[in-house]
Amino acid sequence: MKKRCNVHYFPSAPDISVIHFSLVCVWYLSALQQLVGVVGLEIHAQISSNTKLFSGSSVQFLAPPNSLVSFFDASLPGTLPVLNKRCVEAAVMTGLALNCTINKKSVFDRKHYFYADLPAGYQITQQCRPVAVDGVLTYSFLGGRKRNQVMRKNVYIKQIQLEQDSGKSLHDDVNSQTLIDLNRAGVGLMELVMEPNMSCGEEAAAAVRELQLILQALGTCQGNMSEGQLRVDANVSVHRPGEPLGTRTEVKNINSLRYLARAIDFEIQRQTEVVQRGGAVLNETRAYDSKSGPSPSTSCRFMPEPNLPPLLVFEDEASLPAGVEAGQAVLLCTLRAGLPELPSVRRDRLVQTYGLLPEHSFTLVNEDGLMEYFEAVMKGTSRDPRKVIGWVTNELLGLLKQQDLSVSHSPVPPAALAELLELQEAGRISSSAAKQVFQEMWRSPGKAAPQIIQERDLGLVSDDADLHRICQKVVDSHPDEVRAVRSGNQKVLNKLMGLVQKETKGRADPVLVRKILQEKTS
Amino acid sequence: MLGLTLKEVSLAFREGRISPTELCRKCLNRIKKTQRLNAYIAVTEEFALKQARQSEARLLQGIPKGPLDGIPFAVKDNFCTANIRTTCASKMLKDYTPPYNATVVQKLLDQGAVLMGKTNMDEFAMGAGSTDGAFGPVRNPWSYAASYRTQAGAASDSDWVITGGSSGGSAAAVASCTSYLALGSDTGGSTRNPGALCGVVALKPTYGLVSRHGLIPLVNSMDVPGIITRSVGDAAITLGVLQGADVRDSTTVPAPSALTELPEDFDVRNICVGIPKEYHAPGLSEETLAQWSRVADLFEKAGARVEQVSLPHTQYSIVCYHVLCHAEVASNMARFDGLEYGHRSEMKSSTEVMYASTRHEGFNDVVRGRILSGNYFLLKQNYQHYFVKAQKVRRLIADDFRHVFGSGIDVLLTPTTLTDAACYHDFTQEDNRTRSAQEDVFTQPANMAGLPAVSVPTGLSQRGLPIGLQLIGPALEDKKLLCVAQWVEQSVGFPSISDCENTQESRKDPGATRREQTSAV
Repeated sequence: MKKRCNVHYFPSAPDISVIHFSLVCVWYLSALQQLVGVVGLEIHAQISSNTKLFSGSSVQFLAPPNSLVSFFDASLPGTLPVLNKRCVEAAVMTGLALNCTINKKSVFDRKHYFYADLPAGYQITQQCRPVAVDGVLTYSFLGGRKRNQVMRKNVYIKQIQLEQDSGKSLHDDVNSQTLIDLNRAGVGLMELVMEPNMSCGEEAAAAVRELQLILQALGTCQGNMSEGQLRVDANVSVHRPGEPLGTRTEVKNINSLRYLARAIDFEIQRQTEVVQRGGAVLNETRAYDSKSGPSPSTSCRFMPEPNLPPLLVFEDEASLPAGVEAGQAVLLCTLRAGLPELPSVRRDRLVQTYGLLPEHSFTLVNEDGLMEYFEAVMKGTSRDPRKVIGWVTNELLGLLKQQDLSVSHSPVPPAALAELLELQEAGRISSSAAKQVFQEMWRSPGKAAPQIIQERDLGLVSDDADLHRICQKVVDSHPDEVRAVRSGNQKVLNKLMGLVQKETKGRADPVLVRKILQEKTS
Repeated sequence: MLGLTLKEVSLAFREGRISPTELCRKCLNRIKKTQRLNAYIAVTEEFALKQARQSEARLLQGIPKGPLDGIPFAVKDNFCTANIRTTCASKMLKDYTPPYNATVVQKLLDQGAVLMGKTNMDEFAMGAGSTDGAFGPVRNPWSYAASYRTQAGAASDSDWVITGGSSGGSAAAVASCTSYLALGSDTGGSTRNPGALCGVVALKPTYGLVSRHGLIPLVNSMDVPGIITRSVGDAAITLGVLQGADVRDSTTVPAPSALTELPEDFDVRNICVGIPKEYHAPGLSEETLAQWSRVADLFEKAGARVEQVSLPHTQYSIVCYHVLCHAEVASNMARFDGLEYGHRSEMKSSTEVMYASTRHEGFNDVVRGRILSGNYFLLKQNYQHYFVKAQKVRRLIADDFRHVFGSGIDVLLTPTTLTDAACYHDFTQEDNRTRSAQEDVFTQPANMAGLPAVSVPTGLSQRGLPIGLQLIGPALEDKKLLCVAQWVEQSVGFPSISDCENTQESRKDPGATRREQTSAV
């Protein structure tokens, strides 16, 4: 497909002119048809549940090594898997939220490979008939020239399968030992396989972010990438549109969205250069860091798991066969009814309720806790939501980002911001003073806005005499500007206003100042 | 006393004719006396006496737990026993002590039964002779019975016969009166085969009726805990205790009926017995055929309907059984890598080297051979051709049985084995694979279909060795199957083991001691 065109067209030993021509040829072809990236994702989401997929041991992050290991997790001979209903429900809910077809009957398979942190020598997974198939994830990201346009895209979900997590190997190179921690062995995972519908790192990161939000809204996965609750492998290839897909490589071990986007774009760039140079992309696994796990897919053997009957999911109580109790069964209607508000619905609701722009709703929902913060502020103020959103997405988010804090760690709680905005709404402070107050509230957590205004004398100067005096002083000391205004250049008036605000440290009522300056320069 | 049935002993306890402790000591003595059989891998003497004393206290207080309270039992060494070594007769697990009890073991202990020890077997239950274990072969108690010694003209100790397998130790324990009941496991006939060759009752219940939790698996989709006793009634009492759903085994089902005692006056006139013509297999001995015809005639004379039936796919069963068995073996054995438990090789230059040498040192040739072929069947390019095809044929075999039972047949009557027990010397002329194919030929179809089957001893061969016949019933009709089996038991007049034991005991001549000494060499 993306064959090296120089070799193809010029099989004989190349002389200078041929090389030159071939370069032209490459340039010509690539100019004609640009190589584009093709990205598919395989995502392992750790199911948020108290116990493991097939055993009763607890699921916990950062527990002492090998403290959460049942006989089954350690693969003691004679132990058998017992399916955790909560994990099935989590997978079904996730499937429903992603518009999947839920297989009423799915089965478990064993996938065999030898690895030290896989105690049984096989992983129980769902290869042949997974619990959910054929879904779609709609995700958005901010694009366009000013990066404020909401771009909406779809990625198709091939399947969602339930499977066991493996343990962890810790390689001690100094003593050439491998230490095994089985705490994670047997924890329930949902593996989501996404079709290669994405074309770059940004899209992939946006899709994963949307998935993360959905999983968190559902409560089926905490979605923390750095704790390994959400692990993303990307299959990357390049091709020219219309041609078959190129050979893909797998990018593994990515533990943040930023690195995901970066790693994918790097790989697309690398492959593009390889192909343009006339080389061939090799099918290989490329780890973002050096600690790469096993890559067993080529050599592993499958067979049905004989110790688990088929997993049955029922529509409702009426469809239960005799002998199956409703409490034991997984019922679609119950799970469907219990689905929470999903991120896309949230965004629509924010736009409708508050008259926000779509990009604002996007920011509010995509930042953890920001929507809740915004709605809490709105409860305490009568200000126009479109004004409040500026405070939340610019002042607050700006400071949070600067200090790498999450919304929940904001030193200014929503009620305090609401109080500040109320003061501004009531005309007690100017907007620039309000910003200064906010900065001070940030620096001194717990200090309320009125106290800061008083201490720093930031209240609005609306005393006529005072303002007249300050304006007169500015007019007197800037004769050139006054002349310009008088000759009709009203823009210069703004400069004079700025100078007045500078004198008053931004506390002057701008409407009043304009009026006075206009009088004095007319 | 040792030759009694479980039911009789239970009665003797209540009447005070013997105490559990006395009985336990008698059994322990008998185990010592019959040590040459090599039936036990481990004898749990202290634990047994402790349990017996507790049982005795309960009996004295008049609060026995049930019919099994104080009854000595033995467990095949592939059932996990808490704090008691469980080896599967393999070097791989020779020092392995499980931290938990298999459900079936726990149920027996909960009933007050007294664990005498863990019984010998083929390594990981792979075999049909109990000759391929890391602790040496098991000898059939009938090798030393008067009937064999005189009728076969057996003179030297080298003529001893095998028990069959793989649960040979359990069958030998019950046949030699060192335990009243024993647990075996049955994947392709591993309980029924030694049951037939040792002249005891051997039941393989319906798949799913008895929990496999704690049974170290051979083939998960076919393994069933088996019950070995000296009477059908005893097997029924034991099944009554063991059966039922277990939350730890998702493949179990609730018991269809509480199984306590079998009716003594079961009427066979309402029964239709099927004789599958495909079981007239090459290699079937004339004597076994004669027993088969004899029992069929007994049924007919008693007024039962006896019909020839066809199970057309039977001939393909053993081949498919082996494909499926080896594939699951390859999978189940993958966990034995020396990391979490079991044997670990000293060769540790890399994880892979350690795996390889651990598995090479830990498993015998039979196990390694099955792992190799099983992995071959599971290769991506072979999976459809072998595994899937064998599963399809398995379905056809199950359908054969369904059709027959759907056509009004209540129970099938077949031989359990081709012949009586072979001499160890003859048996080991062929390799394990060939022997397994021969020995499991009549028994594994019931495993392929998940059906209940029981082997009942019906007579002695001219060599003075037991011959057993097999009854197969529809799924979950274990009780009815046992009723028919009990009728057979009552009708055939199999020489009771106590007779042989008495003969053996009465022959307490210096010769017996001499034999023991020579066999110990």
